Amino acid sequence: MFATYLRRELLGRRRQTIIIAIGMALAIALVIIVNSVAAGVKNAQAQVLQSVYGVGTDVTITKPVSAPKAGSTGAEGPRFDFGAGSGSDSGNGSRTVDSSHLSVGFGTSTMSDSALTKAEQTTGVAGASAALSLQDTSFKGTLPDFSRLRDGQQDNGQGSAQPNSGASNGSSDGGGSDEAGGSSFQVNSFSVLGIVPGGKAVGPVASTALAKGRTLSSSDKGDDVAVLDASYAKSKSLSVGDSISIGGTDFKVVGTVKPTGSDSATASNVYIPLDVAQKLSSETGKISTIYVTARSASDVDSLKSALQKTLPGYTVSTQADLASSVSGSLGSASQLVANLGTWLSVIVLAAAFLIAILFTISGVTRRTREFGTLKAIGWSNRRIVGQVAGESVVQGVLGGVAGIVIGLIGVLVVNVISPTLTGGVSRGGVGGALADGARRAFGGGGATSTGSTGGGGGFAGRFGGGFGGALTGARSGAGSAAAQVDLSAPVTVWIIVIAVGLAVLGGLLAGAIGGWRASRLRPAEALRSVQ
Amino acid sequence: MYTLKNVTKQYPGKGRQVTALNDVTLDIPDGQLVAIQGPTGGGKSTLLQMLGALDRPTSGTVELEGSSLGRLADRRLTGIRGKEIGFVFQGFNLIPTLTALENVETALVPLGIPAAQRRERSLKALESVGLADRGDHRPAELSGGQQQRVAIARALVKEPDVLLADEPTGNLDEETRDEIMDLLEGLWRDRGLTLVIVTHDSAVARRAQRRLHIKQGKVKEVA
Repeated sequence: MFATYLRRELLGRRRQTIIIAIGMALAIALVIIVNSVAAGVKNAQAQVLQSVYGVGTDVTITKPVSAPKAGSTGAEGPRFDFGAGSGSDSGNGSRTVDSSHLSVGFGTSTMSDSALTKAEQTTGVAGASAALSLQDTSFKGTLPDFSRLRDGQQDNGQGSAQPNSGASNGSSDGGGSDEAGGSSFQVNSFSVLGIVPGGKAVGPVASTALAKGRTLSSSDKGDDVAVLDASYAKSKSLSVGDSISIGGTDFKVVGTVKPTGSDSATASNVYIPLDVAQKLSSETGKISTIYVTARSASDVDSLKSALQKTLPGYTVSTQADLASSVSGSLGSASQLVANLGTWLSVIVLAAAFLIAILFTISGVTRRTREFGTLKAIGWSNRRIVGQVAGESVVQGVLGGVAGIVIGLIGVLVVNVISPTLTGGVSRGGVGGALADGARRAFGGGGATSTGSTGGGGGFAGRFGGGFGGALTGARSGAGSAAAQVDLSAPVTVWIIVIAVGLAVLGGLLAGAIGGWRASRLRPAEALRSVQ
Repeated sequence: MYTLKNVTKQYPGKGRQVTALNDVTLDIPDGQLVAIQGPTGGGKSTLLQMLGALDRPTSGTVELEGSSLGRLADRRLTGIRGKEIGFVFQGFNLIPTLTALENVETALVPLGIPAAQRRERSLKALESVGLADRGDHRPAELSGGQQQRVAIARALVKEPDVLLADEPTGNLDEETRDEIMDLLEGLWRDRGLTLVIVTHDSAVARRAQRRLHIKQGKVKEVA
């Protein structure tokens, strides 16, 4: 009778059934879509983070960047000072300068490598590795012959731009590269990562695969050998066996690596042994980031607090912390899903529940005489409550099933469209830890700029143009040269289970409230002769 | 069958208590056909609620076959209603979404009778009210008289001792009224029921063995 009555009610009061089911279906569909898109965005973030921090890195440790002390220049980046006599004489009075700096990158802070030992000894750490991220900046160009400028032997300033002007370009009596007191400079920058050669497979190196040659092994300690990012090597026409100048020292290229993920480049342009990097950058005993793998993925949070205790004053970040630093459209998508998506599902779900409850209550009120009659002929309260609850649960489940179908179609649409999201890692987020990301963007974004914009005379103008370009390149690089990730929204069994659970919960809630109302009806209501 | 002693029922009304039944003492023997008449608001429905184990008296006792209804737990009252008392209502009170047969079956649900047996007995009950061929019709597809026949079948399918009818012909035309009264009377006679009919209609009341008049909560025998 329960089933017959239930079926008859649902079919007999089709409008109510359909409205409740549609409300529930929309809510459940939204929950499924939001959930799987959120999972997709999370995967995409993990993909971006993996390329930066390496596969298997659970926690990164950095030292927060301290504010510059009064009077000091602070973290302004490399500084080049050229005196009137610096560089080499080009033979015509102008001077060619070529200077290269290897220093800790902008926004990066270093710490003693004793922190690595401490981290390794912390309970729950399966492996730890350290890296020193550096920035090689070179400045190459020609300074005008100041003595001739002073003599007033300036030309009319209609100089022709000559990139890479060096001694060979200089004409016999020029006042600089354009023989008019102008100058041309080349600013070149690339990222260098000092890594423990042959170290544990943690950190950025873990998400690289050998392309050519070999990787750094423990026997490379102290040697001037480098492994290059394959795409960087290609852009610089460098291959295994060639040499590359880093911080004024020539390194032998022993191998190239490519990213394992879908990224276009690995975390750094160049990888060199940590000790060599420390020596060249005068950062002896210093590292910038520690990469830690947890013994168990479920212990990451407790590991984080353990590390914070072991290393007070350091920034300890988990993947989840870092996820918030992913920027670009991926970051926006993440924000959108997290805020709008979640709230929308909560609101729609609440609305669906409310609709179900209100309709059930109004249904019970409308059926007062019916339930009164059933009570009068001997139906127990429990049976009537069960009947009302049963109807509501079935309505909820019908809505849930419809919602799953609609939701899966929605997810399918997302996956067919598969929007491409761009994700970079912003620097601000977790302090120095993210310098790697920025550096990677810096390299990829074409920070290498030749200071050669058009004609125009003066030193100042050319200088501004050249440097401006380089800086713009760096800045735009930080924003755009990031991983392109196609969003795919995975549907897990759990999402379906949760969706069905929510639908049943909504039905139960409505049924419980409706049933409670029905149970309070007096059987004498059946005798009311009001039609 | 029924023994009522000093039954008083009061309801909280606007500002003061409303006395629906005032010290009613009454005896209804087994197998009697009783008609209860009286003005609206005089206490007819309240008396029927007392007899039907739908409500408890404020004071006094209502005994059905020796058990005092006022002292029983709700669950027991539900059991008595399900087993021993049949109800027929003025508005028929059929469940609109169920078929005629299923409506009759609802009365057997509380008794825990297996589905096949339930169906069989319900079909027989429909047959006894002359609606064997209307089992799969919805109430809306039946005339008023037919709906009341279904309701009577529902009331009698469980073979109760008592049948309480609240204005059973109130919504019917005269011709149908007489048909239904003929049916009720026939069933009463055949089954040895105790039948209590609340009615406005003197034509209906005249067919009863005993007529009671209830006014302002007081019951009087009508000679």
